[in-house]
Amino acid sequence: MDKKIKVLIAKPGLDGHDRGAKVVSRALRDAGMEVIYSGIRQTPEQIVATAVQEDVDSIGLSCLSGAHNKLFPRVVNLLKEKGAGDVLVFGGGIIPDEDLQGLKDAGISEIFLPGASTEDTIEFIKNNVK
Amino acid sequence: MSCTNGDEKARLAERQEQWQGMVDKALSRFPERKENFSTTSGIETKRLFSPADVDAIDYNEDVGFPGEFPFTRGVQPTMYRARFWTMRQYAGFGSAKQTNERYRYLLEQGQTGLSVAFDLPTQIGYDSDMELADGEVGKVGVAIDSLADMEILFDQIALDKVSTSMTINAPAAVLLAMYIAVAEKQGVSSEKLRGTIQNDVLKEYFARGTYIFPPQPSMKIITDIFSYCKDNLPNWNTISISGYHIREAGSSAVQEVAFTLADGLAYVDAAVKTGLDVDDFAKRLSFFFNVHNNFLEEIAKFRAARRLWARLMKERFGAQKASSMMMRFHTQTAGCSLTAQQPDNNVVRVTMQALAAVLGGTNSLHTNSRDEALCLPTEDSVRIALRTQQIIAHESGVADTVDPLAGSYMVESMTSEIEEKALKYINKIDDLGGVVKAIEAGFMQQEIGDSAYAYQKSIETEDQVIVGVNRFIIEEAPPENLLRIKQEMEIEQRKSLKAIKAGRDAAAVENSLKALRQVAESGDNLLPAIVVAVKTYATLGEVCGVLREIFGEYVEG
Repeated sequence: MDKKIKVLIAKPGLDGHDRGAKVVSRALRDAGMEVIYSGIRQTPEQIVATAVQEDVDSIGLSCLSGAHNKLFPRVVNLLKEKGAGDVLVFGGGIIPDEDLQGLKDAGISEIFLPGASTEDTIEFIKNNVK
Repeated sequence: MSCTNGDEKARLAERQEQWQGMVDKALSRFPERKENFSTTSGIETKRLFSPADVDAIDYNEDVGFPGEFPFTRGVQPTMYRARFWTMRQYAGFGSAKQTNERYRYLLEQGQTGLSVAFDLPTQIGYDSDMELADGEVGKVGVAIDSLADMEILFDQIALDKVSTSMTINAPAAVLLAMYIAVAEKQGVSSEKLRGTIQNDVLKEYFARGTYIFPPQPSMKIITDIFSYCKDNLPNWNTISISGYHIREAGSSAVQEVAFTLADGLAYVDAAVKTGLDVDDFAKRLSFFFNVHNNFLEEIAKFRAARRLWARLMKERFGAQKASSMMMRFHTQTAGCSLTAQQPDNNVVRVTMQALAAVLGGTNSLHTNSRDEALCLPTEDSVRIALRTQQIIAHESGVADTVDPLAGSYMVESMTSEIEEKALKYINKIDDLGGVVKAIEAGFMQQEIGDSAYAYQKSIETEDQVIVGVNRFIIEEAPPENLLRIKQEMEIEQRKSLKAIKAGRDAAAVENSLKALRQVAESGDNLLPAIVVAVKTYATLGEVCGVLREIFGEYVEG
């Protein structure tokens, strides 16, 4: 039997909008994954520490405050510093189209925008976690 | 409410039975679209409502007249025939200067009240130069570090002429103190000031997230504000008890009413326990609701909320004055209902939601802009949103009579059902030991989470159609002309903060913060010391820093 995929859903920065993060957490759990939800107001350092400690396969970052360009790449860079650069990082939130390429270049594998279905996220993780 | 005698009732039952026969025939040929029609609150939307559905409603007791207990039909006797609701667009972004320009634009366009959106560092009591503020400065609202920013924010806006609502919670006392100080510089005394601070920290713990201190000191700060305003700002709404964010977090309409009123009861209880007389402060309590897509349920929700609050204030706290039982509220259309797809469709959603708020008797209204699922709104989008309210007010005719949907079998029945279901939740929260205990037990969080998940599932199964998202989809080019906050803004804000700190009287700042610390330790009312401190240009982060040291910080369980 395959090992359960382990995902950390995290809220970096000061944003308190966690409806999406909680809905996605629950959908991933229903899809058979092991999910840790960080809670709100986490620093990139805290998120990466949790990810390393829990040895997760993937991190989903949620940000609706517009601070994604600062916070998402920082998580990826810290992961690399901690030797966990193989963790699949994806994101979601209110993220303008013009920022998408920059985030992908910074190592965020996929960004889910408003209206995305949880099925898309589940498929993406299943197909991309090594 | 409508069948008065036995004969009429019997005839109604007979007619209804005949009609049921017709329905059965129709169903066999044309099945209905769904097996069950119900609202997100799980209230069954029956095929037809008739006088039988309002039989248990006593018009005089339960509905009554506008301006009279239990205020089901509205809080003023003539409602919008005298004056329309306040058109108050929530706005704030980037620097105080940029936001001031937007405010002056909105006022020129006929807006009748201001509503300040602060950025997240401000809402959590951090200055723009603090590490945790990195990337967040000026993003979801305006950045305010010190009185200097507040002076720019209200430049050329006469504070004795305009009413201002500030969405600020944990540091509400500090921003209110800055507002008082700006007014003083304009020569406006504090008793003339009109406006509202949100100051509703309880919902921050379970729905919005900008808490700073643990519940106990938070409640203390809130009751300090009630007490200070009673003596110094008689026209100020000391709190805006908010269901808006509870709904945005995913709750149903019933949960929104229940959890908001439960929070309200907790504040009243805390204030009464400090020795305040309920009739001395209750008239300055205000409320804030969401208005979502289900048109009739939303109208009923507002009517139910008003009635339930009036009854609770009378029964639980023995309020005597009508103004203590009167629920006055602001409404905002549902941000979470806006779609990033085909954003112009949002204008239509907002129109219907705004109409529901007006038919529900709102006292003040914010209409969202079409582009808010993508970014902060552009000037063009905000203007359309404001025009939506003006069109409803001046062209639709719905404001010419009070509570026009009263007496609708459906709306009256739904009003009663929402009241009943919300009261059940409130009793359940009482059983858990009150709101704070319920938050600690995760009760509201769980209930809201369940509703949010069910709603998302209903969209994904297309049980709930969202036009442009799961049906009627088109290929679209990426939207253009969106408002962006430039990264340089953060750098500029830090520079000006540095200049303020260099230019102020350092000894005066230090003394005022020392005095504040002493007051915080003594348990005396914090407001006078905070007013003194902000006038020395002590920053928001410095003032909150002192309070953090004394009161500690809340950590999500």
